[in-house]
Formats: sequence, C-alpha cells, structure tokens
Amino acid sequence: MTIKASSLESKATSAQAKSFSLADLIPKLVMAPTIVVTLICMYGYMIWTAVLSMTNSRMLPSYDFVGLSQYERLFNNDRWIVALTNLGIFGGLFIFICLFLGVMLAIFLDQKIRNEGAIRTIYLYPMAISFIVTGTAWKWLLNPTNGLEKMMVDWGFESFTFDWLVNPDKVVYCLVIAAVWQASGFVMALFLAGLRGVDGDLIKAANLDGANIFTTYRRIILPSLKPVFFSAVVILSHIAIKSFDLVAALTNGGPGYSSDLPANFMYAHTFTRSQIGLGSASAMVMLGCVLAILIPYLYSELRGERHD
Amino acid sequence: MKKFAFALTAAALTVGAANSYAGEVEVLHWWTSGGEAASINVLKGLMVEEGHTWKDFAVAGGAGESAMTVLKSRAISGNPPASAQIKGPTIQEWGSLGFLTNLDAVAAQGEWDVVLPQVVSDVMKYEGHYVAAPVNVHRVNWMWANPEVFRKSGAELPTSWDQFLVEAEKIKAAGYTPLAHGGQAWQDATLFEAIALEKGVNFYNKAFIAHSDQTLRSQDMIDVFNTFKQVRKYVDVGFSGRDWNVATSMVINGEAAMQIMGDWAKGEFTAANKKAGIDYVCLPAPGTSDSFTFNIDSLAMFKVEGKDNQAAQQDLARLILEPEFQETFNLNKGSIPARLNMPREKFDTCAHASMDSFLASSTTGNLTPSMAHGMSTSSMVQGAIYDVVTNFFNDDSMTAEQAVDKLARAVKASL
Repeated sequence: MTIKASSLESKATSAQAKSFSLADLIPKLVMAPTIVVTLICMYGYMIWTAVLSMTNSRMLPSYDFVGLSQYERLFNNDRWIVALTNLGIFGGLFIFICLFLGVMLAIFLDQKIRNEGAIRTIYLYPMAISFIVTGTAWKWLLNPTNGLEKMMVDWGFESFTFDWLVNPDKVVYCLVIAAVWQASGFVMALFLAGLRGVDGDLIKAANLDGANIFTTYRRIILPSLKPVFFSAVVILSHIAIKSFDLVAALTNGGPGYSSDLPANFMYAHTFTRSQIGLGSASAMVMLGCVLAILIPYLYSELRGERHD
Repeated sequence: MKKFAFALTAAALTVGAANSYAGEVEVLHWWTSGGEAASINVLKGLMVEEGHTWKDFAVAGGAGESAMTVLKSRAISGNPPASAQIKGPTIQEWGSLGFLTNLDAVAAQGEWDVVLPQVVSDVMKYEGHYVAAPVNVHRVNWMWANPEVFRKSGAELPTSWDQFLVEAEKIKAAGYTPLAHGGQAWQDATLFEAIALEKGVNFYNKAFIAHSDQTLRSQDMIDVFNTFKQVRKYVDVGFSGRDWNVATSMVINGEAAMQIMGDWAKGEFTAANKKAGIDYVCLPAPGTSDSFTFNIDSLAMFKVEGKDNQAAQQDLARLILEPEFQETFNLNKGSIPARLNMPREKFDTCAHASMDSFLASSTTGNLTPSMAHGMSTSSMVQGAIYDVVTNFFNDDSMTAEQAVDKLARAVKASL
C-alpha cells in the first residue's frame, strides 16, 4: 500500500515537472513583448532624456555635451522656479485636501445609509472625466465675467468678488479646487474599500471597551488603513507631478506664467521653444521628484513583504 | 550627382510645360480653419491641374506647435514632407541643419528678387539661396475699432499711446471696455511690440532683432513697459486666457472699443457681416502709422527623393508666387500678397491701406519683422521675451525697471 502510494506520488511529481516547465514558459512568452516595449520605450527614453539634458540640444537632439549647464540655466530661470513652487503648493494642498475629504466621505458613507450606491457613484463620477473636461468646466465656473462671480452679482450681492482665476497670486488655488473636485471621490472609493475590510470584531471589541465612535475611528480603524493611506498618497502625488492637461485647459499657465507646473514648462521648452536640452533637464528634475516619492514607498513595501 | 543637377535644371526649364513630370508633393500645414482651408485648397487645385498629386498633411492646433512636433519627428526619421509651413528665422534653423532644398532656378525664372521686397526675400533665403516661398503678408500693428462705441463715449480714435490712455479713460467712464484683449502670452507680446514700435523702427530693430543689451536696458524700454502697464488698466477683468477671436467679437458686439491685433482679425468682422469703414475701422496701432510689422507665412521646401517629386516640388514653389494664387489665397485669408504691385480691385479698404503701407515702408526701411509672431528672432529668444512681457503684464508688483532688467538678462541667457 505504501509502495503503491509512493510510486503514484513519484509519477505525479514527474508530470508536474513537465507541465511546470511549459506553464513557466508561456507567461514569459506572453510578457516578453511588453517587457521589451517597456524597456525601450520607458527606460530607454528615460536614459536618452538624461543624456539630452547634458547636451546643448536646441531644435533637434544633438550630442554636444555641455555638462550640467542646462541644469544651471534651469534653476536660474524664473519661470521654472515659479513652476516648481506651484508644484509644491499644488501638490501639497491637493494631496492633503483629497485625503481629508476622501476619508471623511468614506466614513460618512460607511454609516449604512440609504442609497449608498447612488451617492458613491456620484462622488466617484468625476474621476471618469478627463482633466481637460474638468479644466474647461472650472474655467467657466471660476471666470469672473461669466461664472460664479457674475451669478452672485446678478443675484444682488454687488460686492461679491471671486477673481482667483485671473489673480496671479491665487490662480494656483484654482488648480487645487478643480483637481480636488476630480480626485477626492477616487480617494473615497479607496478608503471605503479599506473600511469594509476592517474586522467587525475589532470594532465590537472597541465598543465593549466603551470607546465612542470618534475614538474608534481615530485609534482603531484609521490606523489599520495605513496601507490604503500609502497607496493614496503615492497615486495622488503622481497625479500632481504629471499634471499637464488640467493647467492646459484651466489656465494655460496664465495669467502670465503664474500657474505653470513643471510638465507645462517641459512641454513648452522642448516642443515649442526649441530648447530640447533645457526641457530634458526639467524632465529629469520631475523624474527626481517621482523617485523621491517612489523609492521610500518601494523600500517600505519590500521590507514589509520580508517581514511577512 | 550630375544627373541630379540635370534633372533639377530640366525641371526648372520645363516648368511652363505642364505634365512634363507628374510627381507627388506632401504639404505639412496648419491652415485648418474654414477660411484658411479654403485658401490652401486653391494651391491644391493648381497643383492637380499641373498633373501632380497633392498629399495633404494638415496638423491642427496650437498655432502650429503640434505641426512642428510632427515635422521634427518626420525629419529626424529621415522622411520629411516635400514642403512644410515654416516661417521666419525657423527657416534658417532648418536650413542650417541641411534639410532644405534649393529653389534658385524657380526664383530666377519667376524673378522673385524683383517681385518681393528685399526684407521678405531675405527671410526666404538661407545663405543667399531661396529655400522657401512666401504665401502672404500679415500686418500685425493694426488697431480694430468700433466707431459706435467711440461715438457713444465721446472719444476720438487715438493716434498715439498717450492719446490712447486719455481716450480709454473716457470710454471706460462711459461703461465700455476700452481694450479687448486676451491674456495669452502671444497676445500680450503683440500689444507690447505695438507699444515698442512707437519708439521707432530703429529702437525696435535694436531691441528685437539685434538684441542690443544697451537698448534693452534703455530709458525708452522702461517707458515702453510703463505704458504697457498703464494700458493694462483698460482691459476687462475676464481677459485672462481669452482667445483672440473672442476678444475680436467683443469689438464686433460693441462691448469693447478697440483691439490691437494682426489683420487676421478682419476675417472675424467679415464673418459677422460687418463692413469696413462703417461697422468697424482699421487703423495702424497708435503711433505706428509709418511702420509695418510683418508676419509672413511661407512654405519651405525639404530635400526629397525622386525626379518626379522634385519637379512637383519646384512647380509648387513656382505656383505659390504666381499672381493667381497670391490673390485668391489672400482674399480668403485677410492678408495681402507677398508680391508687390498686384492688381488690387478685389481687396477691401483695409487691405488697400495695408498694401500702401507695405509698399511705402519697404522703401523707407520701416518694414520690420514681428517679434510676437516669431519673425524677428529665434524661438528661444522669443520665448524668453514672452515670459518677461506676460509676467510683467500680470504682476502688479513688478516695476518697469525690474522688468527691463529681467528682459535683458532673459534675452542674454537664451542667445
């Protein structure tokens, strides 16, 4: 009996080995084109951009190396400094407000309310719209001559002014408003999924211990959602750094260039001003910003896995 | 090589006889709006009549930005179109990269040196050889005014920027927007160069063509910036980011009194069934009646393979300069022909004024390339000027002295 069993076992192992090699090969074959495309079209071009950022390329790429002087020019450029400052303000506020609103909405929706499905869809829906549409719609809303301000004045609030869109010091906050409107529903969905995954027993235990609802959320539920926070921050910061279409549609960088973001700077210099070298340098700085967020994230993720 | 040269000469010599070669030309352009598309179709029709094939390669959007991006990628991959809509110093940039073909044979036959003013033909040449053909001339320093608004507010049409400020105050008091303007960098620059032009063509050329540091830092330049900031007061609050044609419609509707814009604005008035001299008036921008800032569209010819295609390309260049095309194209587009001494019955009064001024200024030296429209300098320097000008226009705290300093530094950094 034992002999029979063991021979069966060995048969099974050899069959498994054969099918394993085939099963091992197919995914590799299927993935190969994707990997090649990714290697060339993403990493290859990243390296090319890095190389170009150290040349004096103007209208077309050239390989006349000038060291880091494009970076020096970049950081002496007023417009770049404005773009980078705007990214700081925009990114910071955007991520913070989106997280705050997203968490709040998720918690409110999680109170077993009626028509939750419909409300959830309404909040999530802006994410389905492209930033171009969002930007154009908010441009009309925020424009002082035909938007919100005009409506309030027409209603009799003569002194009402809301001219952030045309005020160089405030226009970056208009970008924040539009972007938050679009993305906070998405953050809500992330957190809602997270909240649904929290162990009900934990909450019951907390209730038994006499914790009120506020304390329960603050001390027990939200801390257990740390991975969701992390993913949300990484996704939102990517949206912030690569933001291009929102600015293009909402303000086109204006008034002046006061609402430029780095992506718009990069596009303008690389493609319309024949400054490929300078544009590449700015793209590399943007890549640096992304890596600054991504590397700590990957590090903590990988370390987390090892702990498991 | 000899064979190639022979083919070129043969092509040039037989240009009169149609159908000698039937080639294909691919033309990259961004004339895609209604009137513009009709204009370029005229050229297409003429080429087809000659027996050639026209391959339309229209890339819409962004004042040619998208088209230029496409052109660059085509050129890098070694497959440029036969012809592309390129203008101003960009022609020289492409020429210096060795992409453009020689049109001297066609030019000699068509006497381009005679029919084109020298300022124009200089732009079309790279190192003394024709490489591009001009299709039209736009005058940029125009002012479009609504006489009804002026009557109602008791103001006069201004002939200097100082007077502009006085009249604009009256118009503002009467409840109209004095200046219709769109807050986009190129529109800011169009207004700025019109103000700078009042200081004289000499000043203008030194600043925007030669980029003399001394001129860029001069008291005159500070004055220009000061006037520019004062003019800012007469723009309505919603101007930021507005498209130029929306600003034009404010003049058409009688919401605004004036707009400083090139003669392409005329198309908007025509489309709204307005009559020049009655419903609207066209005047030179204040204080610049003697001068003419030009914006010339042209088709540059790239080196192509194949005898037939080269012949077609040479035919294309020839047809562009022929009176028939110059007239029809410009009637559609609102500009004036690049050729001098054309029959002018079909053109309207604004175009007549433009033609007179073009002819007069081409002899006095007051014909000068528009900085705002990329005719006077490279896209790098132009971009640097744009940044300073548009930033100053929108930043209340920046003084004219600071702006001048920034301008001089930005221009130097981008040279």
